[in-house]
Amino acid sequence: MTRRILLLAGALALGAVAFSGDRFWLQFLGKAMIGCILAMSLDLLVGFTGLVSLAHSAFFGLAAYALAGVTNRLGLVNPLLTFPVCLLAAAAAALIIGWLSLRATGVYFIMVTLAFTQMLFYLFNDSPALGGSDGLYVVERPVDSRAAAYVAIWAALVLAYLLLARILRAPYGRALEGIRVNEQRMRSLGYPTRRYKLVAFVIAGALAGVAGYLDATLYGFVNPAQLGWRQSGLILVTVLLGGKGTLYGPALGALLLAFIEHYGERVTEHWNALIAALVIAVVLFLPRGLAGLVQGGRRA
Amino acid sequence: MTLSRRALLGAAACSSLLTRRLRAATGARLKIGLLLPYSGTYAALGHNITDAMKLAATEHRGKLGGREVEWVAVDDESDPAKAPANVNKLIAGEKVDILTGPVHSGVAMAMMQIVRQENVLTIVTNAGAQAVTGTLCAPHVFRTSFSNWQVSYPCADVMLEAGHKRAVLMFWNYSFGQESMAAFKEGYSKGGGTVVKEIAVPFPNTEFQANLSEIAALKPDAVFVFFAGAGAAKFVKDYADAGLQQKVPLYGSGFLTEGVLAAQGAAAEGIKTTLHYADALDNAANRKFRESFKKATGRDADVYAVAGYDTVNTLAQALGKVKGDTGAGKELIAALEATRLDSPRGPFRFSKAHNPVQDVYLRQVKGGKEVVLGVAMKEAEDPAAGCKMGK
Amino acid sequence: MSLSLFALQLINGVEYGLLLFLVASGLTLVFGVLGVLNFAHGSFYMLGAYLAWWLSERTGNLLLAILVGLPAMALIGLLVERLAIGRLYLRDHLSQVLLTYGLVLLFNELQRALWGNDVHGVATPKALSFTIPLGEAQTWPAWRAFTALCCIAVAVAMRQVILKTRWGMRVRAGASNAEMVEALGIDVRRVFSVVFSAGTALAGLAGMLAAPLTTVYPGMGESVLILSFVVVVIGGIGSIKGAFLGAMLVGIADTFGKVLLPGFASAMVYAVMAAVLLWRPRGLLGPAFEGR
Repeated sequence: MTRRILLLAGALALGAVAFSGDRFWLQFLGKAMIGCILAMSLDLLVGFTGLVSLAHSAFFGLAAYALAGVTNRLGLVNPLLTFPVCLLAAAAAALIIGWLSLRATGVYFIMVTLAFTQMLFYLFNDSPALGGSDGLYVVERPVDSRAAAYVAIWAALVLAYLLLARILRAPYGRALEGIRVNEQRMRSLGYPTRRYKLVAFVIAGALAGVAGYLDATLYGFVNPAQLGWRQSGLILVTVLLGGKGTLYGPALGALLLAFIEHYGERVTEHWNALIAALVIAVVLFLPRGLAGLVQGGRRA
Repeated sequence: MTLSRRALLGAAACSSLLTRRLRAATGARLKIGLLLPYSGTYAALGHNITDAMKLAATEHRGKLGGREVEWVAVDDESDPAKAPANVNKLIAGEKVDILTGPVHSGVAMAMMQIVRQENVLTIVTNAGAQAVTGTLCAPHVFRTSFSNWQVSYPCADVMLEAGHKRAVLMFWNYSFGQESMAAFKEGYSKGGGTVVKEIAVPFPNTEFQANLSEIAALKPDAVFVFFAGAGAAKFVKDYADAGLQQKVPLYGSGFLTEGVLAAQGAAAEGIKTTLHYADALDNAANRKFRESFKKATGRDADVYAVAGYDTVNTLAQALGKVKGDTGAGKELIAALEATRLDSPRGPFRFSKAHNPVQDVYLRQVKGGKEVVLGVAMKEAEDPAAGCKMGK
Repeated sequence: MSLSLFALQLINGVEYGLLLFLVASGLTLVFGVLGVLNFAHGSFYMLGAYLAWWLSERTGNLLLAILVGLPAMALIGLLVERLAIGRLYLRDHLSQVLLTYGLVLLFNELQRALWGNDVHGVATPKALSFTIPLGEAQTWPAWRAFTALCCIAVAVAMRQVILKTRWGMRVRAGASNAEMVEALGIDVRRVFSVVFSAGTALAGLAGMLAAPLTTVYPGMGESVLILSFVVVVIGGIGSIKGAFLGAMLVGIADTFGKVLLPGFASAMVYAVMAAVLLWRPRGLLGPAFEGR
C-alpha cells in the first residue's frame, strides 16, 4: 500500500513540474520520463517474459523518423493524425521483427534483435535521402510549447504504466511470467507461447514507438544514433538498475540514470567510470536493483 | 498556434535578454559553455580546443570585455542522440552567455536547431557542415573554424595544375565527406578534370582493401580523399602497403594528416593536402601561439586548437567594444562582424554569413614533416548557399 | 570484374576473415565452454593493441612486444575471470551482458587514463617490412601475410589441442556438462579460468597483430566486438570450426559487398547473419541441444 502511495506521490510531483515554467527542468524531466516509458516497456519483455531484446531502440527511432517523414514530406502536423501513423509504424515493425526474431531462442534471439537494430541504424545512417548521420529536423512539431509536450509525456507515462500493470494482472500477463519461468511447461499446458511472446513484443515495441514520437516532439530532431545497439544497451541498463520484473523499478532506474548522467560530470571527468562501477556493483551485489532495496516484491 | 508560439518565444527571449544585460551591468562572470567531446574517438580534439581557449583567456588575464570568464564544459561524447539534452543543459540549465563547440556535425545540427530559437550567441569551433553558415545561418551564430567547402575546393586547382586530369574520389559517406567531394567536383569539372570513380565508404568503416584494389585496377592520374583521425591513419598506411604511394599521387583536405602524421610514418611521405592552417606556418602569431600552447599543455598545437584560440580572441575584441554586454544584441553582432585578427593561421575575418574568410594553404609531407608549399587559395570564402543574411 | 581483380578481392576477403576468426575464436570458446556472453571481448583486443604499441616503443621490436604481451594478456584474463566473470556462471544473460558492458566502460576509462587520447602508429619489425607484388598493379605487405599465417597457425593449434589433448577433452566435457565433469573429480573452475584466459589472450593477440595495420586509438575495440559476435553467431556458438566458417563468410561477403553493392555494404553483414539464423536458428554448426 505504501508503495502505491509513493508512486502516486511521485507521479503527482512530476505532473506538478508542468506548471513551473522552468525551461531546463521541463526538458530534462521530459527526457527522463521518456526513458521511463522505454524502460517499463522493455521490462515487459525482459522482466516478465524473459526476452532480452536489443531491438528496443529501433522502434523508438522508427517512430521518431516516421514523424519527421510525415511532417516534412506530407505536411501533416496535427497530432491526431501523426500519432496513430507513427504508432502503427512502430507496431508494424515490431510485428515483423518480432516474428522473425522469435524463431530463435536464448542468446540467438538476442543476436537477431541486435542484427535488425543495426540494419535499421545503417539504413538511416547511410542514406543521404533519409538525413544520413546528421539526422533530420521535424519541420513543425505536433505541439509547440515545451509545457504542452511535457504534459503529453507525463500523460503517456501514467497511461503506459496503468496499461502495462493491467496487462500483467490479467491472465495473459500471468501466462507471460509462466513462459519466463518455464516455456516448455507452458507449451505442454496448451498455451501458444510463440504467439504470446509475439504479442508482448509488439506491445513493447509500440510503447517504444510512443516514446520515440514524444522524443521527436520534445526536441524536433531525429538522428540515427538513437537507433543503434548502444542506445538499446542503455535502456537495458536502466531496467537492471531499477530492478527487472517490477515495472516501476525500471522507471526509477531510468530517472536515476538521467540524474547520474547529469550530475556525474560535475563530480569527475571520468564519470563514465562512475557509471561503469555502478553497473558492475549492481549486477554483482544488488541483482534486484533499486526495487530490491525498496522491498517491493515482484508484482506490478 | 504559431502566434502564441511567437509570443512565448518572444517573452522567453526578452526575459533571458534582460537577465543577460543585468548580469553584464553588474559585472557578473561571463559564462562560456563548451559543448565538446572529452571522451571517445574525438576526445583529443575536444581537449585541444578547450586548452587553446583557456590559453587565449589567460593571455587576456582571464577577462573578456572586463568580465571574468567562467567555463562550463559538457562532454557531448560526439553523440547526436544526447545532443539536444546536452545543449539544453548549457543553455537552459547553466544559462551560459555564449555557447561554443562542437566537433561532430551531427551534434552541430542538433545544436543549431535549438540555438536558432534561443537568442544565445553561438560560436561553432569545429564542425564544418555547410548548413551552419548556409541554410541555417543566423545573426547570432558565428564559426571560427572552417567550412567543408573551403578546405576541399582549392585542391581541385592544385591537382589540375599538376596535370592530373583523371581522378578517383574516395571518402567516408557522411555529410563531411559528401560536402568535401561536392566542393572538389565543383572546382575540378570547372577546370576540365574528369572523375573516373567515386568510392563512398560507409562511415566509420576502415576496411579499405577491397576499394584499394579497385583503384589499383583503374590506374587514375591521382586520388582525392576525405578521411580523418584514426581512419585516415589506417587509410594512408593501407594505401602505401598496396603499393599505390609511389604509383598514384594522393591528395586530400588537411584532415588526412592532421594529428596522425606521426602514426602514419613513412607512408605519408609526399601526400599533398589543402587546409586553412599548417603547423609549419611561418608568421609571428603562429610561432608565439605554438610556443605558448606547448608550454601550457605539453602537446603540440594543431588546426583544432587554432579555432579555439581565435574564438576567444574574437570574443575579446568584440566584447571589448561593447564593454562585456552580452545582451547588447545588434551592437555585439556588429562588433563580431567587424573582427580582424592576426591569427596563427594568417589574416582572419568573417564573411557576411559569419564563416571565416581565410587563406587555404597547400602542404606536403616531406621528411616526416608537414611543409607549406604555398597558398592554394587566397581569402577563400564559403559560397554560403542558402543563407539569406547580408543579401 | 576481371579474373585478376576477382582473385585479388578474394585474397582481401580471406585475409580479413582470418583476422576476424582470431578475435571470434576466443569469444566462441568463452561462450561455448563457460556460457558467458562477453561484451568486453573487444576491450581485450584494444588492450592487446595498446600493449603492443607501448611495449614496442620501449623495446624497439614489435615481435618481442608480442612475446611479452601475450602472457600479460593471459594474466589479465585470469584476473578478470576470478574477480568478475566467475560470479556470472549461474546468472542469466542480462546480468552477463550488463556486467561485461560495465567492464567495457571501465576499460575505456582505464585506457584513456593510462595512454591518452591520441592515435599512435606501430612500426612493423624491419625483417617484415617489405612488400610482395600481387599482379602488376598492387602489392601486399609482408606483415599482412605474417598475420594471416599466424591466424592459420592458431586455428590448427586450437584444433589439435581441443581434439587431441587431455586438456582439450576436459574443455569439451566442461562445455557439454560441467556438473558431470565436476562429479568426475575434475576441477571445472580451473578449466573455466584457463579457457577464459585463453580467450582473452586470443583477442589480445589479434589486437597486437592488427596494431601496425589499424594504428592504435581510443575505442578501437567496438567495431571489432560487434563483428566478432556476428561471426560467432553465424558459425554457431561454441564451435571453433563454425567460427572459422563464419569468419570466412563475413570476410568475403563484406569485401565483395563493398565493391559490388557499396550502398548496402554496412548492413550486408547483419543481413547475412539474420538470413543464416532464420535458416539455421543455431548457426551453421551450432550445438544440437537446447543448452545455452
